[in-house]
Amino acid sequence: MKLLTHNMLTSHVRGVRPGGGFPLRIQATEVKVNNVDFNPEFTARMVPKVEWGALVEAAESLGHRSDLPAEPIPDYESNEDFLRKVHHVLMEVEVVEGVLKCPDTGREFPITKGIPNMLLSEEET
Amino acid sequence: MKKLKLKEFESCLQQVDTFDDPKLLLEQYPTRPHIAACMLYTIHNTFDDIENKIVADLGCGCGVLSIGSSMLGAGLCVGFDIDLDALDVFSKNAEEFELTNIDMIQCNVCSLPDKMPKIFDTVIMNPPFGTKHNKGMDMAFLKTALQMARTAVYSLHKTSTRQHIQKKAEEWKVKMEVLAELRYDLPASYKFHKKKSVDIEVDFIRFTCDKKMNGGMT
Repeated sequence: MKLLTHNMLTSHVRGVRPGGGFPLRIQATEVKVNNVDFNPEFTARMVPKVEWGALVEAAESLGHRSDLPAEPIPDYESNEDFLRKVHHVLMEVEVVEGVLKCPDTGREFPITKGIPNMLLSEEET
Repeated sequence: MKKLKLKEFESCLQQVDTFDDPKLLLEQYPTRPHIAACMLYTIHNTFDDIENKIVADLGCGCGVLSIGSSMLGAGLCVGFDIDLDALDVFSKNAEEFELTNIDMIQCNVCSLPDKMPKIFDTVIMNPPFGTKHNKGMDMAFLKTALQMARTAVYSLHKTSTRQHIQKKAEEWKVKMEVLAELRYDLPASYKFHKKKSVDIEVDFIRFTCDKKMNGGMT
C-alpha cells in the first residue's frame, strides 16, 4: 500500500464520528521502498489533492518523512527537488505488512502482502 | 510514453493471468483481452482519461483493466475487489509486468462510504452484470463509481438494461454516452454452462459528471 492510497482511505465502521475515521494510523511491521519512475506533472497535480497533514504524519510514522515540509511550498510546480520528495513519499514508500487503525473506534484493518483489508462485517456497518 | 499499437496492446493483455477458480456468487468472469484492449484504447486515445490520471478499477478481479491502464501511463491505478484470491493473482500479474503505479484494496465496493473523496479522475470497470444472485449489483457499482470519479466513469452493461440505466442516469443527473455495442463472449467458466460459450450483447458506456448538475449525487 502506497501512501497516496493510504491518503484516500477512511474507516466507516459504526461509531465513527461524522466526517471522521481519517486518517488511519499506520502500524507497520514491514515497509519497503520501490523505485517508481518520477512523473513531475502527475506529482504536481497530487499536491493540492492530498490531505497534506495526513501524508506528512503517515510518512513520519514510517520513518520516511524525507524532509517533507509541514506545508506544501509556494511555487511547488517548478521545484523539482520538492516534487521528487513528494513523489518518493506518495509512490515509493510502501507498507507491506501491518495494520491500519481507525482513529475513532480503534478498529484495526490488517495489511497483508501490501493489500489493506477494509472489509467490515454486517454488524459493524 | 511510446505509442502502443492496439494489436500489440491486446497481445500484452493476453499475458494477464485470470481466475484459477472463478466464484459463481461474485460473477467472476474475466474481461477478455480483446474487449479490455478496445475499451482502454478508446478511453486513452479519444478521451485522454488515463495518462497521468488517478484511475480506480472497481471489482477489478485479476486486474486486466488496471494493468492496461497502468501500461497506458496512468499516474496511479487502484484496484478494488472483495475477493483476496483474485487480488493475489492481480498482485502477481502486476509484479510480472513490472508495473509500479498500481495499488489494490480489499473491500466491498457496494459499501464504500459516500464520503469517499473525489480524488479519482477516472473510474474504469467491468461490474458484475447483476443477473445471478445479486440483482442490482451493476447499478450499485455504478452509483459508487459516479461518487468517486471527478471526470468520467467507463463501464460495461448488458444492452438489455440500457433503458433502465438511462432512467437512472437522468435521475442522478449524469450524462451517458454509449460508445460501442459489444458482443461479450462468456466462456463456459462454470460447470452449469452447457454450451462452450454464450454471446451476450453489452454496451460500453461513458458517464460524465456534469459539475454544475452534480448536486443530486453528493
